[in-house]
Amino acid sequence: MIKKILSRTYIAFIFLFLYAPIAILIFFSFNKARGRGVFTGFTLEWYNRLFSNDLILTSFLNTIIVAAVSSVLATIIGTMAAIGISSFNKKMKSAIMGVTYISIINPEIVTGVSLMLLFVIMKLKFGFTTLILAHITFNIPYVILNVLPKLRQQDNSLYEAALDLGCTPTLAFWKVVIPDIFPGIVAGFLMALTYSLDDFVVSYFTSGITSQTLPITIYSMTRKRVSPEINAISTVIFTIVLITLVIINIKEIKKEKYLTQLKRKFNKNN
Amino acid sequence: MKKLFFSFALVSMCFYSLNAQTLDTSKLDLNYYQKFKDKNMSLNVYNWGEYISDGSDESMDINKEFEELTGIKVNYSTFASNEELYVKLKVGGIAYDIIIPSDYMIAKLIKEKLVQKINFNNIPAAKNIDSRFYKQLYDPTGEYSVAYTWGVNGIIYNTKKVTEDIVDWNILFNDKYKGQILMYYNPRDAFGVAQAYLNYSLNTTNEMELRETARILKEQKPLVQAYVMDEIYDKMEAGEAALGVYYAGDSLSMIENNPDLKFVIPEKGANLFVDAICIPSNAQNVEAAELYINFLCEAEVALANIEYINYGSPNNAAIEIMSEEVKNNPLIYPPAEVLDNCEVYITLPDETNLLMEELWNEILSDDSTYGGWVVPISLVVVVALCVAIIVLRKKKRREN
Repeated sequence: MIKKILSRTYIAFIFLFLYAPIAILIFFSFNKARGRGVFTGFTLEWYNRLFSNDLILTSFLNTIIVAAVSSVLATIIGTMAAIGISSFNKKMKSAIMGVTYISIINPEIVTGVSLMLLFVIMKLKFGFTTLILAHITFNIPYVILNVLPKLRQQDNSLYEAALDLGCTPTLAFWKVVIPDIFPGIVAGFLMALTYSLDDFVVSYFTSGITSQTLPITIYSMTRKRVSPEINAISTVIFTIVLITLVIINIKEIKKEKYLTQLKRKFNKNN
Repeated sequence: MKKLFFSFALVSMCFYSLNAQTLDTSKLDLNYYQKFKDKNMSLNVYNWGEYISDGSDESMDINKEFEELTGIKVNYSTFASNEELYVKLKVGGIAYDIIIPSDYMIAKLIKEKLVQKINFNNIPAAKNIDSRFYKQLYDPTGEYSVAYTWGVNGIIYNTKKVTEDIVDWNILFNDKYKGQILMYYNPRDAFGVAQAYLNYSLNTTNEMELRETARILKEQKPLVQAYVMDEIYDKMEAGEAALGVYYAGDSLSMIENNPDLKFVIPEKGANLFVDAICIPSNAQNVEAAELYINFLCEAEVALANIEYINYGSPNNAAIEIMSEEVKNNPLIYPPAEVLDNCEVYITLPDETNLLMEELWNEILSDDSTYGGWVVPISLVVVVALCVAIIVLRKKKRREN
């Protein structure tokens, strides 16, 4: 009994620490005053202003574009790389994996500065191209690390069976290998997407004039006060993510229910 | 859902365009502004965050007005510190047409030839700018910059917690307010405060004086509640601290939210800062940049802008049409005898900067309350734990 109470309070505390900051942010996005210190009254003004603030809206749009494009490309490149790596021998594999880990462990600021210098040497114009290239670079390792375990789990005999049954290698690859590792690809894509949305340091060094992302805009407000419109847009983003997660989970639950029903039917019939 | 979102956005936009202040273009020289109208030009502006009137709060949307007037597209992006701007310019790769750095950074940019001379023949409205602002230390010939805003720093305090009649720099070093003081979280401004208190020049390069300043700051550390930049707004407005140091314009907006607060410019003098518009040497579109500078110097535009930013305006024409109340506010426009005591930061030699940085890190890392033993001891504990775990594991394995 005591154990149960203790574990429950422990979990409650963890959730409190995780979500209290977000709750406060949402709360103060309805605050009349600009400050976060005192609540002076309820207002929707910041949401209203958000939709007329070009700088915030364009940087938000830029963030979304960069995240979407870079994570899709990183997923494609990363998946191909993972398939390639999985066919290496053990020594080569561990060597390549070591290199992959380096770019994750490497401090972001080092990645950012070195990419910036690289782009300058290559005489690339800073803008969406450089920003997306940079994001792809730091996203690829996450995709590889998500896809590789799935490839390792995969049963090679399935692929061979497909060949025996008359598949060409390409067809077998698309029909057998890809569906098998698909959960890993999706996980890698989602991870790349979140990292790309979050990133400040690398974007800061590689973005151009028309490709400023939301994190950079927020950071640049710190000399004067960070505008409460930022609370508003964060609330909007949080709500969208929450709704998406709820929908996905509901679908999963429904799917599981359906599957268990099928199983029961199957067992009865036998 | 999507429809709802869009209609909401649309309604709010209409609502805003109704409320926002618009510019009366009849008084402007249309020939001058529209000479590039159909040339599909664009202009890259790099400014501080929240540092231009953008149409919120019923203000004027300056960039939009400029685009409508001249047909030049404005690409606007923002930075958070002079140093950030410097890195972007120094590395190259991005060509900005307009930048707005502060005084000491302008001096550095001129020295390194990263900004170009401005052709004032193409900027007739520059005559509105008070000449004292570009004959300063940072741009002695006045050829490289056009002043944008200026201001002083001082002490903001809560009258409920501070009962003294005369508030001066020494209050920041008074034991009475232990744990109630907010200090700047950047070396230049923090040193500036202590230097003003010690009657040193804010641009001193004397090593003895710098070390003495650092000693004073170290002594002050136990009294300081926190080293802050923009967090000061929340802390002062909520009454969490009794006093702090900040810039005049921003302090006024704190006072608006909490009437118990008061701002004072110490008599001994403070830092006077100027932010000014420059054109980088690698600018792609100098002609459009000149138009933009001229537009910002127009009386009405400058007025709308300065009302939004809340700092001092160097624009005489704007001050003329300003409300008496603002014009006579001694905090935004301090009397000449106060300004005479104030000092502008100039670029310091590299060795001075290095020493200051070093001393600043020393001040921040010197934590007398922990006695300096916390880090080594926790390191030892962590290492010991690791060793213990490894040994135990090996033992277990051997037993198995």
